[in-house]
Amino acid sequence: MMTADGRPRPAYETYHEWYRNQDPAHLLQKTRDAENIFRKTGITFAVYGHADSSEKLIPFDIIPRIISGREWRKLAQGIEQRVLAINAFLDDIYHKQEIIKAGRIPRELIDRNEAFLPEMIGFKPPGGVYTHIVGTDIVRTGEDQFYVLEDNARTPSGVSYMLENRETMMHMFPELFAINKVQRVEDYPRQLRQSLAQLAPPGCRGKPRVAVLTPGIYNSAYYEHAFLADTMGVELVEGADLRVIDGRVQMRTTRGYEVIDVLYRRVDDDFLDPLTFRPDSALGVPGIMDVYRAGNITIANAPGTGIADDKAIYSYMPEIVQFYTGRKPILENVPTWRCTEPDSLAYVLEHLHELVVKEVHGSGGYGMLVGPTASRKECAAFAAKLRANPSNYIAQPTLSLSTTPIFVNKGIAPRHVDLRPYVLVSDKVKIIPGGLTRVALKKGSLVVNSSQGGGTKDTWVLED
Amino acid sequence: MLLGRTANGLYWMFRYIERAENIARLVDVGLRVSLTRSDTGDEDWDGVLQSADVREPYLKVHPNVTASDAIDFLLRDHNNPSSVMSCIDAGRNNARMVRTALTRETWEATNECWIDIKQRLQRKIRDVDLPELIDVIKHRCGLIRGAFHGSMLRNDIYNFSRIGTFIERADNTSRILDVKYYVLLPAVSQVGSLIDNMQWESILRSVSAHRSYGWVYDGGEYVPANIADFLILNGRMPRSLAYSYGKIVRNLQYLEGEYGIRPKAIDTAEGIQAMLTRGSINDIMDHGLHEFLDDFINRNNQLSLEISDGYRFYQ
Repeated sequence: MMTADGRPRPAYETYHEWYRNQDPAHLLQKTRDAENIFRKTGITFAVYGHADSSEKLIPFDIIPRIISGREWRKLAQGIEQRVLAINAFLDDIYHKQEIIKAGRIPRELIDRNEAFLPEMIGFKPPGGVYTHIVGTDIVRTGEDQFYVLEDNARTPSGVSYMLENRETMMHMFPELFAINKVQRVEDYPRQLRQSLAQLAPPGCRGKPRVAVLTPGIYNSAYYEHAFLADTMGVELVEGADLRVIDGRVQMRTTRGYEVIDVLYRRVDDDFLDPLTFRPDSALGVPGIMDVYRAGNITIANAPGTGIADDKAIYSYMPEIVQFYTGRKPILENVPTWRCTEPDSLAYVLEHLHELVVKEVHGSGGYGMLVGPTASRKECAAFAAKLRANPSNYIAQPTLSLSTTPIFVNKGIAPRHVDLRPYVLVSDKVKIIPGGLTRVALKKGSLVVNSSQGGGTKDTWVLED
Repeated sequence: MLLGRTANGLYWMFRYIERAENIARLVDVGLRVSLTRSDTGDEDWDGVLQSADVREPYLKVHPNVTASDAIDFLLRDHNNPSSVMSCIDAGRNNARMVRTALTRETWEATNECWIDIKQRLQRKIRDVDLPELIDVIKHRCGLIRGAFHGSMLRNDIYNFSRIGTFIERADNTSRILDVKYYVLLPAVSQVGSLIDNMQWESILRSVSAHRSYGWVYDGGEYVPANIADFLILNGRMPRSLAYSYGKIVRNLQYLEGEYGIRPKAIDTAEGIQAMLTRGSINDIMDHGLHEFLDDFINRNNQLSLEISDGYRFYQ
């Protein structure tokens, strides 16, 4: 919130002035109010592996993270460039593979990639769009200095928190929205629906019918699935509701089966079609891939998009952006050592205490080592894992992440944050001005994942 | 457009909420009886377990019937699929599944009910806390009903919810009567003894009808045939079989109008309703109250199956 010389940064000026006049006890009460709102609304997530605590609240911080319009414009340009490159990359990988032929990325990276789906080779999804919904994870290290951490091109979650956080802030602090010009995020569900409907398959007759596919109420993100279906005004379906009839995916209604044209699926590729992928899956629809390839349903995001958000591919993103857009990337990549390369592995093993090491296919902050905060013993144990299977890991330096203020019992304290803006792709790219700010609630911690004790806060993009 | 699974979820959500409230009411009656009788309260709890249709599962986990075990089993035990806690868990899980079909008010009332009751039922309930707890359960269920009535669109979503409510209610009322049918038989009780009076009153209390009975049957004198008439045939008594079937048939007919299909369930429901509107309590008593109730419970279950088939709840 503050610059080095102790003055509020321009974007925070109005907020800071307001904050100075608040009674801390009142703000503490507001924090509790917020928690009650979330609990009552049922905005919870499930933590796997916790027997008794099947539903948890994500801690919410009442101080907004504020981004100026100028900063945002640069960020948005960079994200748009990156998302377009990712779509071009996926199209290329499943068609001519020119980027491999040009020697910009190694062939094994694709061939050995579990997210690569041979079923998608030569198939063009409706509108040529692979990633309808993207959530790019970004960190800021200094004024105008942004790094992309991850591209989340398969099924980015968390957008319901972006919307509920805003809703809660407007409910609790309406006066703040009168004195700050905050860009709206509330249109997201409408835009998502439009964006999905726009890419209806060739076989669609009449107005496209959209549905959200969820694994069901025990999924960790079920709240979000229901929230999105509800706010978009579309059906929330499970695999057991769906069946392929007459070459179309249809859902069982109280008076018979009805066709679905666009399926926003929150089920992983592996589980999508037991006839094509995992035969034991009860979450998907037998035969949906055939319907898809025949042009009779749109699946968002397209199966096989996972190769673009793989952590090993990530390290090639600067080349990928350059190759497909012909320009230098606007947003920087975090320098990444691929442990599969012997030189890099040697370097990583030598500098383990200052690096973050991640599994190539991992997510959720699991299975990673944060060198600077790990014990000697943990580092040694991790080094053994690294040597045993180097190609499973990448390593990155710990960035000096910027902090934003959070509200704690004693007032304000700085904590590390990241930012996940949400991007919709149809015939154009739409980036919602805002996003999900995740915050590491523990002092000094760099891990923001909600499954590991991270919290969230409202994210404001100002009109300026 | 309504998914078959969603219709099923709504139907069961409201069955469970209705059942939770009815179980709470049964515990209330059991308490009242054991307070007024100092000798042996345990037999009465046996009757309460039967009314709740959980005597068998109860005896699987408890060797004999005691007030304290019965209360715990009826309110908190997860081994009992009809305990208040199990019902509210199941009702709320169904609500989560059909979240997109509910208004925010209805969902939040259901979720807050679950949060509150779950917290209160974490530990074994002390006797002194029971009356308040029972009030809270009824109050919470009432809030769900209120939010539902005040905010839901009157469409097929509403119809399936209502059908669930009244199938469950008809089932509960008929069981309460069936467990106590013998105290309503003319031969046993021409003259109401003190015990009889208390038995009759608790039947009425189990359906929250001890006051309204007096408004309908002059003087409120307990006459077994009148009590049976009130709970079975009175079309204005909101927990009677006749009233419940009036609602079930109305809601099924709305669905027929909207969907343009007439599954077998509608014939079945209309048949049961006709029986209830044409019958007189004397005929029923003459042919055997127990036989009548037994037959009714079976037909009510049959209707439930036909509804799930007719509207594709499962396939």
